[in-house]
Amino acid sequence: MVRLIDEFRRPELLIPLLERIRQFDDRNYAFMEVCGTHTVSISRFGIRNAVPKNIRLLSGPGCPVCVTSQEDIDRAIELATLPNVILATFGDMMKVPGTRSSLAKEKAKGADIRVCYSTREALEIAEQNPSKEVIFYGVGFETTAPTVAFSVLEAKKRNIKNYSVFSVHKLVPPALRALLNSGEVKLDGFILPGHVSVVIGLKAYQFLADEYQMPGVVSGFEPLDILQTIEMLLKQVKSGQARIENQYRRTVTFEGNVHAQKAMEEVFKVVDADWRGIGTIPESGLTINEKYEEFDASKRFETKVDYSIEPPNCSCGDVLRGVKLPFDCKLFGKGCTPEHPVGPCMVSSEGACAAYYRYDRFINAEA
Amino acid sequence: MKEEIILLAHGSGGTLMHKLIEKQIVPVIGKEKLLQLDDAAEIEIQKTRLAFTTDSYTVKPIFFKGGDIGRLAVSGTVNDLAMKGAIPIALSLSLIIEEGFKLDDLERILKSIAETAEAAGVEIVTGDTKVVEKGSADMIFINTSGVGIIPQERKLSGSHARPGDAVIISGTIGDHGIAVINERENLGLQIPIESDVQPLNDLVNHLFTAIPAEAVHVLRDPTRGGLATTLNEIASQSNVVIRIEEEKIPIKDEVKGACEILGYDPLYVANEGKMVAIVDPDYAEAALKALKEHEKGKDAALIGFVEKVETKPAVFVKTILGTSRFLTMLTGEQFPRIC
Repeated sequence: MVRLIDEFRRPELLIPLLERIRQFDDRNYAFMEVCGTHTVSISRFGIRNAVPKNIRLLSGPGCPVCVTSQEDIDRAIELATLPNVILATFGDMMKVPGTRSSLAKEKAKGADIRVCYSTREALEIAEQNPSKEVIFYGVGFETTAPTVAFSVLEAKKRNIKNYSVFSVHKLVPPALRALLNSGEVKLDGFILPGHVSVVIGLKAYQFLADEYQMPGVVSGFEPLDILQTIEMLLKQVKSGQARIENQYRRTVTFEGNVHAQKAMEEVFKVVDADWRGIGTIPESGLTINEKYEEFDASKRFETKVDYSIEPPNCSCGDVLRGVKLPFDCKLFGKGCTPEHPVGPCMVSSEGACAAYYRYDRFINAEA
Repeated sequence: MKEEIILLAHGSGGTLMHKLIEKQIVPVIGKEKLLQLDDAAEIEIQKTRLAFTTDSYTVKPIFFKGGDIGRLAVSGTVNDLAMKGAIPIALSLSLIIEEGFKLDDLERILKSIAETAEAAGVEIVTGDTKVVEKGSADMIFINTSGVGIIPQERKLSGSHARPGDAVIISGTIGDHGIAVINERENLGLQIPIESDVQPLNDLVNHLFTAIPAEAVHVLRDPTRGGLATTLNEIASQSNVVIRIEEEKIPIKDEVKGACEILGYDPLYVANEGKMVAIVDPDYAEAALKALKEHEKGKDAALIGFVEKVETKPAVFVKTILGTSRFLTMLTGEQFPRIC
């Protein structure tokens, strides 16, 4: 049996690699990870502080909970409080503060909100409660979207009529393009997401190299993966090349998961979407298409949301663009903590602020 | 402020729960004994040191791999007594049952309670049964209280960790939390993970036969909130810094794998049959050897040391890359990642 975790955490492999990165050269590098799981791994294993100071690791818009716009959050809370509705959601959305309330608070007040671990569970809830309307709160990137697409296909096949999806799914490549177009942050390369790339494949990032001369490496999540990715990026930059490379070859292919891509194409259509901190990005979101509109919660249920405002003084938007580090936000650790979060980046387990709060405070590198 | 309501996270064992206890409960009903915030209170009656504790148990599902709510209700209370160094004497058992609950299931739970109590050498001496309307409780809730006698030489408290002390964990962490969540959420992870729920009083006694009582400073079972939260409680009660090494913490491969899939940190996952022992460094080796001799402590490991506090109490973990990072209490609940 290949031990897929311990093999990638062996100090005798990690330390020499880390030494090579430390000795690489003195110029300044800025690499951005655009996946919340990378953010957490980098913080949890202390990678951010193990690499030398001239290599800066920035967190980008990689946490799906965090990039969800305030209006979409408010809309989901409104949906949850409609009569006769069960809102099925991933747990991470529960505590995200909306403008007036949160799902956790509405649940405590009596709204029927169920934390699900998969869309299969949401479908089961719909089947078990035929007199209720079950709305699945579809948040996530290309990793989650196919499972939601499959749930719609399954609901149609099994004739489950009381199931629908409130889709605020987002696509990663358009967000990378928007970041580069803005020119706000100077980057030397992207640490590209692993899970998302299992679905969309390496080919989805080719534009980074071709159009923007921006190096990118799809990376796994273990410390050994991430350090190797950093070394690959350093080598690309030094050689003056820009390529899209695959460090996560044990799972990611060039084409990606075609089966999953087809399900997404069947059920969703690509639309412009609002991202927290970035604004509207063309063709960056997924909504249920006309063919399946009976499963589109935003068509089936009316909600009036005209009050959304992002929390004042919250820097989540700047954090998501890599303009600010969580530490630079004046609320960080004071007015905004995981127990009393102001912005979503402090709520989600994958959020940059939560990861920095949990793992990066009071760091002292001893190696 | 007063508009605030109780959220599920207030019961998760993390910072919200600690604030609820410290800000809402203790100021209203707290006397000196409650303020110690140990697993069990100590009461002296005519020179006999009694340990007294109570705990309510709710778990979904009520039957899970490696145990059930009955085994949990006995083990949990026995362990709270044992962590004070007490020899458990008697337990009370109070059942709150939802209308419609199957008698067969009740019988299964009661048998499990009887077996666990017998194995722990403790008697159930009093009890109460209530039935509530359907919907007023979720199947069955159990409360147990327990009393035990603390031998004169044993002086354990979360506030007794001293700089230099060794930090030992009695076995692999995260087993209970992962076993329960795998079944509750029907995750279908094909992993042979069983809950570690078990009474630890025999393991505690074995430890005390191996090293002098005064060498054992703290015992604590890392239940809700996991090892990270327990170490933080000890650091803050004892006003010390605790430094542990990530590599030395025993975790089963299956638990590690499940945690990676869910995006959990095993340091925050619940245990129901493990303990943290903080002991005099001169007896660290002997303590470790004693624990390892016992079936319930065979995977025990020395994971770190206690240090003097510099600015404020804290827990640090040395990562496999050799860097150190702050290890905080559990904040909120752990939820699986979305991608």
